[in-house]
Amino acid sequence: MANLKVNYLGVEFKNPVVTASGTFGFGMEYNELYPIEKLGGITVKGLTLNERQGNPAPRIFETTGGILNSVGLQNPGVRHFAQKIMPELKKLDLKIIANVSGSTFADYVEACKIVDASGADIIELNVSCPNVKQGGAAFGTNPDTVFEITKLVKEAISTPLCIKLSPNVTDIASIGQAAMDGGADGLSLINTVSGMAIDLKTRKPVFHNIVAGLSGPCVKPIAVRSVYQTYAKTKAPIIGMGGVANGDDAVEFMAAGATLVSIGTMNFKDPFTPLNVIDSLNTYLDKNGISDVNDIIGCAHS
Amino acid sequence: MADLKKYQVTEARIIKMENLCGTIYDVTVENEYLAQASRCGQFVHIDCGEQFVLRRPISICEVTDSGIRFIFDVRGKGTKVLSEKQVGDTLDILGPLGNGFTPSDKKSLLLGGGIGVYPLFELAKQTKTCDVALGFRSKDLVTLEDEFKKQCDNLYIATDDGSYGFHGNALQAVKEKLESGAYEAVYACGPLPMLKALKTITDNLGIFCEISMEERMGCGIGACLCCNIKVEDDGEEGFKHLHVCKDGPVFNAKEVQF
Repeated sequence: MANLKVNYLGVEFKNPVVTASGTFGFGMEYNELYPIEKLGGITVKGLTLNERQGNPAPRIFETTGGILNSVGLQNPGVRHFAQKIMPELKKLDLKIIANVSGSTFADYVEACKIVDASGADIIELNVSCPNVKQGGAAFGTNPDTVFEITKLVKEAISTPLCIKLSPNVTDIASIGQAAMDGGADGLSLINTVSGMAIDLKTRKPVFHNIVAGLSGPCVKPIAVRSVYQTYAKTKAPIIGMGGVANGDDAVEFMAAGATLVSIGTMNFKDPFTPLNVIDSLNTYLDKNGISDVNDIIGCAHS
Repeated sequence: MADLKKYQVTEARIIKMENLCGTIYDVTVENEYLAQASRCGQFVHIDCGEQFVLRRPISICEVTDSGIRFIFDVRGKGTKVLSEKQVGDTLDILGPLGNGFTPSDKKSLLLGGGIGVYPLFELAKQTKTCDVALGFRSKDLVTLEDEFKKQCDNLYIATDDGSYGFHGNALQAVKEKLESGAYEAVYACGPLPMLKALKTITDNLGIFCEISMEERMGCGIGACLCCNIKVEDDGEEGFKHLHVCKDGPVFNAKEVQF
């Protein structure tokens, strides 16, 4: 049994496996299937200052090796999260990463202040949601905006802050650098890849927003490359994600530079994927005579 | 029984697999947990094979002594692979999921259209006194007629092309009787236009009506928020999004916005 404990942004995780925002709700639905305390942590559904109803149906569409989604940040708002949800989550022995979005700088700051006081372990700033008209990816594709918003939020909170990056840019590492220059403690990548699908009956776009976010095993090579390049440039502590389905995938992400590995889409196929990743990551380490998972973080670079 | 989980991931062995008609398949699986936990109107989420990232949601048709029965139509690649399974194969099932129907002891009407006929069967078994109206595209797709007949007072069959029974849909077949006040509770599953027309009638009559809804689905348990439908809300926007997998698939028709 190798050591699986990792430290991310000063927070101790019992293992490096967490879940990705938007795929795991607030954890309770999966807690019915298995004790989610077995996970290093969970990232909660993307929160905004005020409640949002999100986009009209359809919101999901299966493609080869992945899915497209267009949920549009339906969520109960940060106040509901802080008052009703966090107290329940705090009873569990796992770390809580709160994902926060906004449509204006002021929204982001105000929402983060409320989450800051809620007791969440880490705030993940979502500057890369492709499914909302204002904010989201519009912020995350411009290094100057990313710098600015990171700086504003960082000044307003004391919780460790990581910035979630969009892969829909020419140079993801330079966006990551802008976030780190703005004062981010770490980075989280990748958000979904911009994609679309056409309905074969109507020959029109499947989604009302035309474009949607692609995720799942089909994006994994893009995600591993993004983590590798971003780590090489910034040396930032990274949460790596994009199509992780098993322990081997987790090893790839960690070798590329991730400290934590996040499971998203594959929760839908097999809700036990995160537990299987923990087990098979451990098996991989034992088999290869590695006694501490920290030894493989970024090892692909040396 | 007290410790019975609401839902689980479980392996279930196929003990019956039959092509009912056209591309419609009738499957019975053996699984003690599903037999105990499943209720009428709930659904299961089935992993159709390694090549698919999403499971396929399929309504429970009947809860048997040793498992469950479900009937599905081949709509795409996932259900095609499912249709090729054989007796003795095992299925990876997440379920039972969602909120089912609330059976009534008052005179009830069960309305089903197309593939929406089958989720009503267990409800018919659980309802003391009911009429059932079922709609199919044509005579060759009329199925479960004898089985439903045993569970109700009157069975009305309708076909879109008039090749068997009433010429029209299931609602049109019983519309007059429904509007005359013959029923105190109505349950329906089927095409949206039929559900919408039904809602108008039951809203006007002021009678209890539950409808089973369908939407493209992700996780199946209420975490991903993909399978949204609009329901009435007092807030600013005048509606809110609920989710078929966790809040439904059965909703009170009064609340649903079409």
